[in-house]
Amino acid sequence: MSTPLVELRDVTRSFPGPPEVQALKGINLTVHDGDYVSIVGPSGSGKSTMLNILGLLDRPSVGEYRLAGHLTGALDEDTRAAVRAQRIGFVFQAFHLMPRRSVLENVMMPMLYSGTPRDEREDRARQALERVGLGHRLAFLPGTLSGGERQRVAVARAVVTRPSLLLADEPTGNLDGGTSTDVMELFEELVSDGLALVIITHDAAVARRAPRSVGIADGRVTSAP
Amino acid sequence: MTRHLAPDLPPAAPDDATDDTTDGTTDDTTDDMTDGTTDESTDGLPDLLHPVPAADRFGVTDLLIEATSDLGTRPGRLLMTLAGTVLGIGALVATIGFAQTTAGQLSKQFDAFAATQIVASPAQAQTADGESVDTSSLPWDAVQRMERLAGIEQAALISEVSLPEGTVTAVPVNDPSAPGTVPPRIFAASAGLVDALEGTVRYGRLFDDGHDQRQDRVAVLGERLAGRLGITRVDSQPSIFVNGIPYAVVGVFGDVQQRAELLDSVVIPTGAARKDFGLTAPGEVQARIVIGAGPQVAEQAALALSPDAPEAVTVAAPQGRSDLAKSVQADVNLIFVVLSVVVLLAGGVGIANVTMLSVMERTGEIGLRRAIGATRRQIAAQFVTESVIIGLLGGLLGATTGVFAVIAISAAQQWTPVTHPLVAVGGALLGAIVGLAAGSLPARKATRIEPVVALRGT
Repeated sequence: MSTPLVELRDVTRSFPGPPEVQALKGINLTVHDGDYVSIVGPSGSGKSTMLNILGLLDRPSVGEYRLAGHLTGALDEDTRAAVRAQRIGFVFQAFHLMPRRSVLENVMMPMLYSGTPRDEREDRARQALERVGLGHRLAFLPGTLSGGERQRVAVARAVVTRPSLLLADEPTGNLDGGTSTDVMELFEELVSDGLALVIITHDAAVARRAPRSVGIADGRVTSAP
Repeated sequence: MTRHLAPDLPPAAPDDATDDTTDGTTDDTTDDMTDGTTDESTDGLPDLLHPVPAADRFGVTDLLIEATSDLGTRPGRLLMTLAGTVLGIGALVATIGFAQTTAGQLSKQFDAFAATQIVASPAQAQTADGESVDTSSLPWDAVQRMERLAGIEQAALISEVSLPEGTVTAVPVNDPSAPGTVPPRIFAASAGLVDALEGTVRYGRLFDDGHDQRQDRVAVLGERLAGRLGITRVDSQPSIFVNGIPYAVVGVFGDVQQRAELLDSVVIPTGAARKDFGLTAPGEVQARIVIGAGPQVAEQAALALSPDAPEAVTVAAPQGRSDLAKSVQADVNLIFVVLSVVVLLAGGVGIANVTMLSVMERTGEIGLRRAIGATRRQIAAQFVTESVIIGLLGGLLGATTGVFAVIAISAAQQWTPVTHPLVAVGGALLGAIVGLAAGSLPARKATRIEPVVALRGT
């Protein structure tokens, strides 16, 4: 068996109080390349903390996190930033698009930091936008797009650097039913390309679409990964 | 691949003492160092990171693009941010410009009125009963001695002829019924006097060296006296009677601003005064000098007139132009610079406030950039660059405004605008420095924003 892409071992994350809060308590999780995992749980269950740790935005208090076999705790800030730029893509519930940049510029932005060759950046952004069905909206500002379109821009931005791990935090939380199905179908296409997807949701319907669903409650895994 | 699953079996970390604290500490930085996989350095993680050629890294061009692309999207706010710096730099450049212009203007006015005349006279001493008496006398060839000096354009002797009981009339008739009048003053002078005083001839001519040497009885009158005596033309050779001695009036002069008393006086040649009124020594030497020659001529004139005792001659000369200009400029500059620095500080605080506001507003953007791989340094650089550019822009606009203000006001006052070019360039650069100072605090705040916090909600 190959090296897992993501491996959490006994990860605990506590926030010093008072009162001290243990958001994660001894989490174990393994994700391989091409896996599609949903993490489902009520709000406050610790799933966002878990996503932050997976995305190298936060560090475990105890336990270890290996990404592609590397212990991430040993990496300095700049290396972690470089790993985020090259290996990880993020999709957020609130989209986090830059309102005064065009759709194309928004999608090109991660390539500033990932070291994508300069002459390829615009083409790759166009391709990514074609891929999410927004090839005709390149010059638009995000504010002029519908919610579903904005989330598709965000997805294009997340995958334009060709990451190996895509983390989505309630990606359908701000979308209505039909639009949210479209976005989920887009995610599933991306997984079929070999990308590992970890999607966080409190929506059981969204969670069920993933081949593997991990339940989380009160900082602990409730159903076996 | 058991290697990755066995942190308690470190393959090559014999000196590591923190290994067993792995599960007990909250900071996983130290314990992870025990693992053999991490002895690769940052650029040695081939299966985690691909190498990036320098040309494709986040460089200065990217920084400039990122820092400027949002500037124009909110013109209103940009203008508000710029206002403080524009005012500060504008005030600074304008005040320095005004200081230089007014100093230039002042010395120009001094040049025009006062800075070209010197007067040499015998030193005075007080007698026991309080009268001032001359301690020496000037030589009769004082004019020749003075005109040999560099910087002297024209010199002339001038001495007051004292006639306690004297009368000056236009007709030789003793009219007992005429009202008593104060007789005009009488001066004896060498030929160049009116020229030395930059005066003009109203009618007729001036007497010359020939009249002086021949002791001719000729006179020129100041224009006010001529009016009083009813002399309006000289072609008929009118005479005046000084103490009863007839003098032919050859001309009338005016415009002797430095010695306005001459306009009410009779001026006769020194030769005639010596013969008719027993003038014993010249009273003083009046000379016109080139602009700025004052200090040097003053020193040399005393030596030329009295080589054995230069202290016996008093020379009244204007200060050098440069001394004057410098002292005026230094005073004016200090006051204005202090004021402008205060304004500029206010401008800097303005930039700092707006940049701080912008950091707060763009918390989401900062979080996003960090999440997609920007380092803290890159975030800080972006905000500092943004505020330096705002400062530079403000500095450029301010310097331009300041220079134009100097030009406009000088034009209105018909002054010559004077501004050192470095003041304008320096003003623009100072704006950038203000931006740098003002941006550094907000930039530090931006680097402290944690992406986890920034990306929550909104």
